[in-house]
Order: sequence, then C-alpha cells, then structure tokens
Amino acid sequence: MNPSFKIDGVTVPFEAGQSIMEAALAAKIYIPHLCHNPEFHPHGSCRLCCVTADGRSVAACTTPALDGMEVANETHEITTQRRLLLKLLFVEGNHVCPACEKSGACQLQAVAYHCGMLAPEFVHFYPRRAVDASHPETIIDFNRCILCELCVRASREYDKKGVFSIGGRGIQAHLMINSASGKLGDSHFSAADKAARVCPVGAILPKHRGYEVPIGKRLYDQESISQVGDVAAHQERDHGE
Amino acid sequence: MVNKVRIATASLAGCFGCHMSLLDIDERLIELVAQIEFDRTPLTDIKQIGSCDVGLIEGGVCNAENVEVLKAFRRHCNILVAVGACAINGGVPAMRNQYSLAECLEEAYLSGSGIDNPQIPSDPELPLLLNQVHPVHDVVWIDYFLPGCPPSADTLFTFLGELLSGQPIQFAYRQIRYD
Repeated sequence: MNPSFKIDGVTVPFEAGQSIMEAALAAKIYIPHLCHNPEFHPHGSCRLCCVTADGRSVAACTTPALDGMEVANETHEITTQRRLLLKLLFVEGNHVCPACEKSGACQLQAVAYHCGMLAPEFVHFYPRRAVDASHPETIIDFNRCILCELCVRASREYDKKGVFSIGGRGIQAHLMINSASGKLGDSHFSAADKAARVCPVGAILPKHRGYEVPIGKRLYDQESISQVGDVAAHQERDHGE
Repeated sequence: MVNKVRIATASLAGCFGCHMSLLDIDERLIELVAQIEFDRTPLTDIKQIGSCDVGLIEGGVCNAENVEVLKAFRRHCNILVAVGACAINGGVPAMRNQYSLAECLEEAYLSGSGIDNPQIPSDPELPLLLNQVHPVHDVVWIDYFLPGCPPSADTLFTFLGELLSGQPIQFAYRQIRYD
C-alpha cells in the first residue's frame, strides 16, 4: 500500500522523499507560502508554510512527509500566526499597494488576502531604500523585497550567474547585486534570465510596460491564491508563450 | 422611533476617494439613511464632533491638525474605523517618508519646476507638517480596519450593514483589496 499522511483530516498520498509541501501541492491542497517554488531547492525561510506535524511546528517545504503523519494546516491558531508574520513583512518594507505595478498579481498580497489580513497594524518602519533603475530592461525596487531568495536561487541554480545574494544580518539583511558598482546595470543580469520571472512581489519588474492588465482581470482579483496558484508559475507560462 | 446610529467621518491626509466610495453605495444609501444620522462630516459641514457611535477616518496623519481631529474622533466615537490604504499604512502620502521634510518643502516650494516667487509657506494658520506621515493606529486605538484604495462601495455597505445589525464583520473574497 502506498504511504500516506493526513492534512487537516484529508488523506494525502506521497512518494518517498517528498516534503509535506510537495505532497500537498500534488494533492492540490494549499499550504500558504512565499519563499517556496517547486522549481528550486526549498529554503524554509519565510515560515509562512509552518504547519504542525504530529503536534510539532515545522516548515512544510523542508520537512519530509512520513507515513501516518497528522498535519494541521488551516487551523485558527496557525492562520493567526501566519497573519502575524505577514503583518511583520508588510511593516518592514514599503508596500504601497495602490502605487505598485505588481498589485493584483502579488503573492504577498494574495497570501495576506487568503489569511484574512485586513491591516498590518504594527508600527511601520518606513525604511529608506533607493530604487535601482540602472538596467535598461529591468527595475529593482528594494522597498518591496521580502528576502525570499528566489532570485538568488534562480540566478545561482538556473542561470548560473550568481547575480543576487543576501547581505547583512537580522533587520539589516538586504538584497545585494554582484557587480563592481552594486548596480544591476553593471551586472551580468539579463531580462531573459530565470531570475527575472520568479519574484513573488513587485521587487523585480520589467521596464517599458506598466499596468497592462486592467483591475478586475489581474491574477488574484477574482479567485484566491489557493485556487489560482503562485504568480511565478503564471509568469513562467507567459514567458513560454 | 428607533434611535439612529450617529456617524462622523473625516478625511485627514487622504484624497476624499474613500468618501466618494461611501457615496458610491448609490440607492442603497436610502436603506442606510433610515438607520443612521451624520454628525461631523464633510457631507454635513458640521465642524465640531459630538458624541457618536461610529467614526470613519480616511487618510493618514501628516500634520498637527490631523492629530487633533483624530484624537477628538477617538474621544467622541465608541467605534473608530480606519478606512482605506492611507489610514491603514499612510498610503501614497507616506511615500514622502523616503525624504526629509526639508527636502519635500524645498522641492515643492523652492527648487521644483515652474515656481514663481519661491518661498516656503509659513502662515500661522497653516497646520505644521509632521516629520513623517503616519497610519492612524500610530496615534489612537483603532477598532476596525477597512483596506482598499478606496474600499469598494460594496465593502463599505457590507461593513456598515453588519455593524448596524450586530452581526460578525465578514467579507467576501472580492471585497478585501489593498489597492
């Protein structure tokens, strides 16, 4: 008999070596996440996907599924914790949704909608972060970066360029660009890179286009991310067309 | 006759878009008006706030007058609601927090383009600007948050309807937007 475990009482089959997240994705059960993208090695840093597995809090993306395991995902307690994490992410950066081109197709927003966040409520940091518009085709707005490291992983693992990394520690942690000037325009980055298509928020955006999809028709306007899926998968599909 | 629920509204550092959205409730306003009456609001032009059941605050806090109005609302309203993106996180006006106040004033009144007779306004009647724009919950306790830029008329109608009838405040997926 194939091994299986339960998520919120629903039986989920899995193959040996699959993480809780991978098995859940295959079974179309949504576990909120920001730093996970099935195309890359799991990172376990955003903590949004934390579930309890047999009573212990673990990141679903880095924890292997075990036969007979009981996983709690969308409980009142876990959703409340996820809302807290999301609120902290919102106040750490400058997320001005009404003025952001990614709004409506932003995974941070979509996960926050899914988890029922109405407002960040904490004291906002309003950090001062300059935008990097030095590259002819792509802009980096550090105000929106949530340090998921998807661009870091994509550039290192897929593009084999290592354009991005995270520098600093704790609240000083920030996205860095591998070039003499620290500017994207002086790096080996190209708009055709995989790293250009994985950002879950509006930190890495193509230039020379803007607000192309009308309000009401954007990715998360009508249906929850639990139905629609990650924005990176849609960006990848659009790129392939 | 049933006592009507008394509501006050104010626009601080906002664009009046949230108030426009309130009017966008359209013909359902007639339903609402049967249950509510307005105290201080730009709609009545009453200047001083009296005792109210509900206060709706649009906009963030950018100057000394905003602080004064907001504190008066908190003193007089049983339930205070942050309405819209600017009240909730400062919104577009808070984008000036990327610069010092001096830089903002210099750009707007001294060194910007198309300025005649450059001078920074200093009339004593003008409320002093704060160093940064703040969300309203930085200044007073807020009971409910209604996101959106603006919150849709549907969102406002749902909220007021549920509040007036004493039901739990719940929204459909499409009624909660941060933009």
